[in-house]
Amino acid sequence: MTVITGKINEIIKPENLVYAKSPLLNDVSMHYCPGCSHGVVHRLIAEVIDEMGIQEQTIGVSPVGCAVFAYNYIDIDWQEAAHGRAPAVATGIKRVMPEKYVFSYQGDGDLAAIGTAETFHAVNRGENIVMIFINNAIYGMTGGQMAPTTLVGQVTSTTPNGRNVDLNGYPLRITELIAQLPGAAFVTRQSVQTPAAVRKTKKAIRKAFEIQAQKKGTSFVEVVSTCSSGWKLSPVASNKWMEENMFPQYPLGDLKDTGRADPDLYKVKG
Amino acid sequence: MGELRLMKGNEVIAEAAIRCGCDGYFGYPITPQSEVMETLMTLRPWETTGMVVLQAESEIASIHMVYGAAGAGKRVMTSSSSPGISLMAEGISYIAGSELPCVIVNVQRGGPGLGTIQPSQADYNQATKGGGHGDYSLLVLAPASVQEMHDFVILGFELAFKFRNPVMILADGVIGQLMEKVELIDQRPRWTNEQILEISGNWATIGKPSSRKKHVITSLEMDSNMMENNNLRLQAKYTQMKDEEVRYEAIACEDADYIVVAFGSAARICQKTVQIARKKGIKVGLIRPITLFPFPEKIIAEYAAKVKGFLSVEFNAGQMVNDIRLAVNGVTKVEYFGRMGGIVPTPDEVEDALEQRFLIGDL
Repeated sequence: MTVITGKINEIIKPENLVYAKSPLLNDVSMHYCPGCSHGVVHRLIAEVIDEMGIQEQTIGVSPVGCAVFAYNYIDIDWQEAAHGRAPAVATGIKRVMPEKYVFSYQGDGDLAAIGTAETFHAVNRGENIVMIFINNAIYGMTGGQMAPTTLVGQVTSTTPNGRNVDLNGYPLRITELIAQLPGAAFVTRQSVQTPAAVRKTKKAIRKAFEIQAQKKGTSFVEVVSTCSSGWKLSPVASNKWMEENMFPQYPLGDLKDTGRADPDLYKVKG
Repeated sequence: MGELRLMKGNEVIAEAAIRCGCDGYFGYPITPQSEVMETLMTLRPWETTGMVVLQAESEIASIHMVYGAAGAGKRVMTSSSSPGISLMAEGISYIAGSELPCVIVNVQRGGPGLGTIQPSQADYNQATKGGGHGDYSLLVLAPASVQEMHDFVILGFELAFKFRNPVMILADGVIGQLMEKVELIDQRPRWTNEQILEISGNWATIGKPSSRKKHVITSLEMDSNMMENNNLRLQAKYTQMKDEEVRYEAIACEDADYIVVAFGSAARICQKTVQIARKKGIKVGLIRPITLFPFPEKIIAEYAAKVKGFLSVEFNAGQMVNDIRLAVNGVTKVEYFGRMGGIVPTPDEVEDALEQRFLIGDL
């Protein structure tokens, strides 16, 4: 035993450190289920804020849904928004404190159902905020009901026989619509099921925050995510199900990276 | 003496907001109060005081923008009219639950539903009994003149920050559209970041320095005991409002046999009613509640022992009359007279109603 301890002490040295918990992640257990993507995305946001050195300038807006308690985990100032209203709340904060970094964090029900109007209009105004969108195709917090992004045939507690287009309409690819809005600066869809995907998502979040500083318009980062509890699958099976079913409907990659549109293109002639 | 101007009630809301150093207005057009945002957009305060003015996509969005900006410790406001206030009910409940200060102006029109764009006072219950979900109260100010529209914006912000509670200015289409002489305050500066830190630095979400714990603005509490404590804290605040902030005007009540109770533009009509009645030899007084919450129940209870009856005059089906009855507690007669649908009664009509309700048997 002593030999092993000695070896570990030799290994645990600052110069050998390849990963550490972000100092901006509070020392509390997260309430998220095993296999949930929220925790990873929280960690990435904490790392980006820490690495950019903007803790003191950043205000987060948490949603109604599983991520309502995001404010318990990242060590910054937070405001908790009503269901779907996070983009409006973020707008209010950013407009009176334009020098601060403001981001909203929402799930699919919050952002793409009840808050669709607030989502579209915040982006269409080109608010200089970052919007993080967790799309796991289900309502997690309320117990697994159909979301606007639920896939056709996907079983949820309110589509026990699978989502039926005649009854429930189509899965909403809101990110594709967001990319059409002239106020959007950077629109991307990422995931966090592999180390490579995690690194890409972190890069996207970092870029989104940098664009905010450049006042180029709204940055919108969708993260296609898992909900093991809602999907009733193991974490490993969830990742597989996501890759096989979600990715074809919600393909990964950048949808827009141009900054907001030139206002002159939209101007009356006289 | 401040600058004197002839102004519309709605316009003066905008002028007073800029002059008192308001940081932001978020609104959505609706008759009969659209002049508030129109005036602000014309005056372009972002170029002078730095005040933000934003037309939102809905009343829902505007109240949640207010919620966000209020969280920054800024002095922010919105205005709307009845159907728009219904849409804001969600956000107002969140603002009250999160204990944030702001000013909300309701220039009432007739309801229910889309109703009418004519004046009304049918949102009395909505304003004074909460309006949204949960046990909360707004501090409600009822202006009866263009001057009070001006004064209550300034007072509204003071009270909102004193109690960290939303304040509603409950006006109606008459006061909103009326033009009158008004004395304006001189321009005051907006609060600096240092002042905000001093005033609201222990709760505002303005960015967390390493020297303090993070601030979280939320109305959510999953622990029932703590949630009850939150509610008890709110209730204590409302009790303090009742102790410290009751405002009313009493006219010719000292020798009165009957007291008319009316607020806002109804009170202006009733002032004339008092004169008409007194010319006829009927001793009538007027109590005009200025704060509808806290309601001036003590003064009404005091006069209940002295008068033969109260007449509540409202542009609705009889809402405030219930608060008068609670204050009077059966000691004397309490009657109601009102018109609805945007109809504003004449002073004679009110005087006639008073005679009908109280004097037919006596004469």
